[in-house]
Amino acid sequence: MSTDLRPLLSVKDISKRYGSHIGCAGVSFDLYPGEVMGIVGESGSGKSTLLNCLVGHLTPDTGEVVFDTRVDGPKDTTTMSESERRMLGRTDWAFVHQHARDGLRMGVSAGGNVGERLMAVGERHYGDIRDKATDWLERVEIDAARVDDRPTTFSGGMQQRLQIARNLVTGPRLVFMDEPTGGLDVSVQARLLDLLRGLVRDMGLSAIIVTHDLAVVRLLADRLMVMKSGRVVEAGLTDQVLDDPQHAYSQLLVSSVLQV
Amino acid sequence: MTDQAYNFAYLDEQTKRMIRRAILKGLAIPGYQVPFASREMPMPYGWGTGGVQVSAAVLTPEDTFKVIDQGADDTTNAVSIRSFFERTAGVRTTTATCEASVIQTRHRIPEEPLTENQILVYQVPIPEPLRFLEPRESETRKMHSLEEYGLMHVKLYEDIARHGHIATSYAYPVKVEGRYVMDPSPIPKFDNPKLGDMHAVQLFGAGREQRIYALPPYTQVVSLDFEDHPFEASKADHSCGLCGATDSYLDEVITDDQGGRMFVCSDTDYCEGRRAAGFVGDMSADNPAAAMMAAQPTLEIQT
Repeated sequence: MSTDLRPLLSVKDISKRYGSHIGCAGVSFDLYPGEVMGIVGESGSGKSTLLNCLVGHLTPDTGEVVFDTRVDGPKDTTTMSESERRMLGRTDWAFVHQHARDGLRMGVSAGGNVGERLMAVGERHYGDIRDKATDWLERVEIDAARVDDRPTTFSGGMQQRLQIARNLVTGPRLVFMDEPTGGLDVSVQARLLDLLRGLVRDMGLSAIIVTHDLAVVRLLADRLMVMKSGRVVEAGLTDQVLDDPQHAYSQLLVSSVLQV
Repeated sequence: MTDQAYNFAYLDEQTKRMIRRAILKGLAIPGYQVPFASREMPMPYGWGTGGVQVSAAVLTPEDTFKVIDQGADDTTNAVSIRSFFERTAGVRTTTATCEASVIQTRHRIPEEPLTENQILVYQVPIPEPLRFLEPRESETRKMHSLEEYGLMHVKLYEDIARHGHIATSYAYPVKVEGRYVMDPSPIPKFDNPKLGDMHAVQLFGAGREQRIYALPPYTQVVSLDFEDHPFEASKADHSCGLCGATDSYLDEVITDDQGGRMFVCSDTDYCEGRRAAGFVGDMSADNPAAAMMAAQPTLEIQT
């Protein structure tokens, strides 16, 4: 970790209710540059609600999400204007959807998909955009010859890797991932995780990974939060939590993993 | 009901007032699509219902009206809209560009430069330039309001990736005064440079989509492009077969089933004006060489 001890993302007391039902409640944590945080829990435990509150897809009822912006320093993203937040979403932030189809433009070629973020931040040189797109396809292990093919002709694993390339091309500092390996078979999952681990380490990315798959967080995450019924029941270093879970629910979760 | 029973220019005064408000708002925010309560018109959607409503709202009894369809004054659409306003407004009509004070057009800008005393009304089928890239209207509105136009360049990128050059040849997107990206209606990109700094008022009406937008005179209009693939106003690389013009937009006309074809000005008024002034193209009947060639096959049959 760098000597800069200012957190990249500082989350304070985030709550979101759906009527009388609790989405998530009283979640606070700090994420430092280069750190990868895993959020695990069963379906309906509030992990996706929390993630959507963090990126601004949902407006939290209480709390603040302070992001250390490049220009203005720490800034609360829940109160900033929508144009500023969307600008963050195209530059410093990246969002990897569970289903690649949600994060890709299926009618646009692979190169166009990767280039979109570049063009959105003002890149206007076709040759440069194409070179960067080709370079990124290779970095996510997609044959550069397929730069003009549409994602519909790609396999599920390739689509997911294309989505990652599309998100990382502008050099974001914080990546949000919502079940990045969901719906992929195990060998493709392994390859994707390997790739993600390499990219996160090479680029010094910070990431927040929401998943129900404990193997994914074991491999990628430095720290772990376990959620249950909208609340964080346990948090700590990944290996610590997985090897010696304290809370009854964490114990249940760890013991539920199927062994081969 | 007789034609005289209609209000001047078919629409009632309240409706015209509503449309004029939309037009004024459009002129105040160049390139912004103003929603308006489009009325049902006595013609099918796609035949210029938006343009007709805008024309009805701006016409006065003293106006002289011209209608062009793909540059021509004599095609079905142009003839029927012209006679519609002859009957319901009783305005004078003309085919001469310089004599008209209001010109309704489909898919062309006249070759002859327009003046400050003229209004050009466009018929627009789909006013939203982002429509085929982002199907959600709520999202495209947000993109306009937040000036997020990266997606427009994705379309041009796709063109170059697939065809090696920007293959979009009509409805070529433009940026107005450095702010709104606008669909100039399906005019050929040859006409795009005429949009900017025009002396006349330009009004765009989309009936089915219920949008009006406008360009006041002398507005800056820039066609989108890439640094290494700059915008190019292209046309067929020929001269007009009838008047010999090399600077006008040309239609390709198939003349027989032996591969015979000719290129003629799409702006019929411009072409007629040139021919009246004595210009002759290489396929015109007035051209002695062309007349001889046309006569030859007949001779062969006789022998």
